[in-house]
Amino acid sequence: MTTRRQFLIVAAALAAPTAAKAQLDPNLAANRKAAFQEARRRIVGDTLVRPGRVKLTLPPLIDNGNSVPLSVTVQSPMTEADHVKAIHVLTEKNPLPDVVSVRLSPRAGRATFSTRVRLADTQTVTAIAQMSDGSFWSDGAEVVVTLSACLEEGLI
Amino acid sequence: MARAVVTVPARAKRGEIVEIKTLAQHAMETGFRRTQTGELIPRDIIRSFSCTYNGVEVCRVELHPAIAANPLIAFTTVATESGTLQFQWVGDNGYTVTEIAPIKVE
Repeated sequence: MTTRRQFLIVAAALAAPTAAKAQLDPNLAANRKAAFQEARRRIVGDTLVRPGRVKLTLPPLIDNGNSVPLSVTVQSPMTEADHVKAIHVLTEKNPLPDVVSVRLSPRAGRATFSTRVRLADTQTVTAIAQMSDGSFWSDGAEVVVTLSACLEEGLI
Repeated sequence: MARAVVTVPARAKRGEIVEIKTLAQHAMETGFRRTQTGELIPRDIIRSFSCTYNGVEVCRVELHPAIAANPLIAFTTVATESGTLQFQWVGDNGYTVTEIAPIKVE
């Protein structure tokens, strides 16, 4: 027969792992920052990234982070000799830093791209453009998100 | 049931830069959400998109879970010659959609 004491011990043992899982990772912010730096290094390597030439457009205040219009325009003649090879968009506080990578050819005519993204939190979004001469240019946009995408992640 | 919509101008002048808009029907399940019982919903997203103009690649896009549901992709291309634009979306769980749009250049 199960005594009250035994029942409490078993119940506590069963409940403990669930409770631990429900808690937030205390290093969440640091881990996300490291993941962002890692993603940035994967794209640019050790090359210097200069500000300018890239224009990242996002609404400054976002009611719903589940669908945010984002567009990137890069100043470039888009000729065979001088064109934008790729545009990368990264975030600092999403569960994964990568958002989108666009590879363009001179046939695109203009280095412009738009889509809709998910944003998990109030943060800075970064766009990095890789030119055909190997240089990197970037732009950032600060956004305020009132209703976050991926609330299940426990972001506050 | 996979569906996609593509907007391409039917006619264009030679050398003109035309805007192309594409919309694919897809839930873009991130793989970070949980059900009410706490189980993780597996990731199911479109991984890549590409556009070719008469066989020449115009752009190629890598998508990640941070792209909103029903991904909209808008970009431009130079109208060089009459022909077809081919669009392809490839995703998890064998998702593949191909769409073709004709363009007349005068």
